[in-house]
Amino acid sequence: MDLLLLLLPIAAPLLAALGYALAGWRRPTAHLGTAAAAVILGGAIALAVRVTRDAPLDALGGWLHADALSAFLLLVVGAVATLACAASPGYLAAEHAHGGGSGRRYGVLVQFFLAAMCLGALAGNLGVAWIAIEATTIVTAFLVGFGHTRAAVEAAWKYTVVCSVGIALALLGIVVLYDAARHAGLSEATALNPRVLTAHAGALDPAVTRMATAFMILGFGAKAGLAPLHAWLPDAHSQAPAPVSALMSGVLLAVAFVQILRVKQIADAALGPAFARTLLLITGLATLAVAALLLLAQRDYKRMLAYSSMEHMGLIAVAAAIGTRLALAALLLHIAGHGLAKTVAFTASGHLLRAEHTTRIDQVRALAIRRPALGGVLAAAILALLGLPPFSLFASELGIARAGFAAHLGVPVTAAFLLALLAFAALARHTAGMLLGDEDPGASGGATQPVAAARLGPAAWGPLVTGLVTVAALGVTAWPVTTLLGLAAQGGR
Amino acid sequence: MSNRAELLDLAAGLFLLCAVAILWRRDVRAQTAWLSGQGIALAAIAAILGAQDARPDLYGVAAGVALLRAALLPTLVRRAIAARAEDRESAPLINVGASLLAAVALVLLAYTVAQPLVRLEDTPAARALPVGLSVVLIGLLILVTRRKALSQIVGFLLLDNGITAVAFLAAAGVPLLVEFGVSFDLLLAVLVLRVLTARMRNLFGGSDLDEMRELRD
Repeated sequence: MDLLLLLLPIAAPLLAALGYALAGWRRPTAHLGTAAAAVILGGAIALAVRVTRDAPLDALGGWLHADALSAFLLLVVGAVATLACAASPGYLAAEHAHGGGSGRRYGVLVQFFLAAMCLGALAGNLGVAWIAIEATTIVTAFLVGFGHTRAAVEAAWKYTVVCSVGIALALLGIVVLYDAARHAGLSEATALNPRVLTAHAGALDPAVTRMATAFMILGFGAKAGLAPLHAWLPDAHSQAPAPVSALMSGVLLAVAFVQILRVKQIADAALGPAFARTLLLITGLATLAVAALLLLAQRDYKRMLAYSSMEHMGLIAVAAAIGTRLALAALLLHIAGHGLAKTVAFTASGHLLRAEHTTRIDQVRALAIRRPALGGVLAAAILALLGLPPFSLFASELGIARAGFAAHLGVPVTAAFLLALLAFAALARHTAGMLLGDEDPGASGGATQPVAAARLGPAAWGPLVTGLVTVAALGVTAWPVTTLLGLAAQGGR
Repeated sequence: MSNRAELLDLAAGLFLLCAVAILWRRDVRAQTAWLSGQGIALAAIAAILGAQDARPDLYGVAAGVALLRAALLPTLVRRAIAARAEDRESAPLINVGASLLAAVALVLLAYTVAQPLVRLEDTPAARALPVGLSVVLIGLLILVTRRKALSQIVGFLLLDNGITAVAFLAAAGVPLLVEFGVSFDLLLAVLVLRVLTARMRNLFGGSDLDEMRELRD
């Protein structure tokens, strides 16, 4: 039973991938992926109930494991995947209309991507988690390069090389940690198990563990969009198909970051909290600074959303550095809120790109008049990303700030929020320009009239509205997940 | 015992030598030959450790390493070399002499950084461990200073060989399942990079990475 529960979220997308490989992308199979994503979400809910009622689940001799943290992560993966897959048929129909893209390949790769992320969330072993995360790089490389344009190939190349090299450094860290664990007397099968490692942290050699921690934070940080190995992120997120951008930005970054949380647990037990905290504060503040500065001068709205993801990951890294229960609960809520809001924002930006044929911010003007519905959804998603109430990012950012001051980290937390404020101003100014800005006088006159309503059916609006309502509901009350959040923030359980 | 220790030192020495040779040669075809040699040296390290610890399973791992890293991966890179000569050059940003000097500095750095690992257990294998770390750093140097697509793949493979060497010398390899998964991922990553290289040639008329500047802020 436990095995079934742990295998279901990984097997469902694999079966859907098989379905796409055999049957191709047709009208009856178009929502096969959505069904698989819904199974992931359902499995995650079942796991969450099991974990909060009883105890963490183990299967296959500890290779797969679900605690409150993995159940919560899987919940976010399932929710975002359901929205992104539900938006995919609309995206592909438009691509086909322009004669591009193979639906079969898209379906297979997206489902493999989901399976790899679920494996990453449920891995009970650092080695397996590493394999799953590198597998996400491999399957998404062709999704980033889906467009076959020069820019898409450039983005795919940079993405594959930087992420593979970054994650190779994490592998070096894992190997070094394995060495320390074997010398601490752990068996081959348990020496990469984060729970066993945390329990035996006292026996790990401190100098070797320090080295391993640094490599792993740097390496998994590359995949989580943290400085200094972040250069792939804006390119990949802006070139990928909109639903894939949503998955990459909304949950892939989080799946990679949760590995850092697991590493931090081991490092804190072996070395005390100061070491990992310093590393995370440096990388978090550097990420925030890069994101804020590049947001200021941004001209492309998809890249703007990508840099906003970096801003949020930087904030999440700072929350991990604080590391108290409140900080971790806020961090996890922030991951959920950011994942959902960014999914809506990227999906809406995909519709916008199709309607306006440009990703330039200064060529999209007066959306509030010309496309009030789409503009309204995009604006609401960006308000959520800015951290305004009633959306849940308001509550989580407040939680991170409070936790930071309570942990006497006032200076770095103030610095982090000043940088976030800079990013806030940039994002708000660009979005306001797109919504309310006057049409460029040089452009053809009369374009500020409402255009014929973009042909977006209920199938297109469904995911957008559902995502926004969920983020807002999470902001008003987090009761369905409060217990799970509390347990996950405790760590270990 | 001392006989095996000498053999291990020899294999590790050859492993490092191949990395330096790759840095020295500019022709990608020659680099892949040295890459094959490095794969054999790595397999030899695994086999010697198997004999030393009386672990026959390591012979199987050694055979797998030889197949993947001495035969399969270098062949994949060689097959991707274009007919035109200009694509075979690795176009270093810094000249070969300076690269070799940098390599010496990196080896010294690796020996310093690896001290905690060597101190953990004073065996011949652990004493040879900085060699693996040196190759990781040389791989990174190639990735940073060579601006051709294929040279970057070579640098990436060097980096990965170095990590595998560290795993063998430090702890006689990671668990088999993990080793298998890592190798599979590596193979797929190289295949992906090959396909992207071919697309790059179609769209940009070459594989010079500095030609790609569509995406800038």
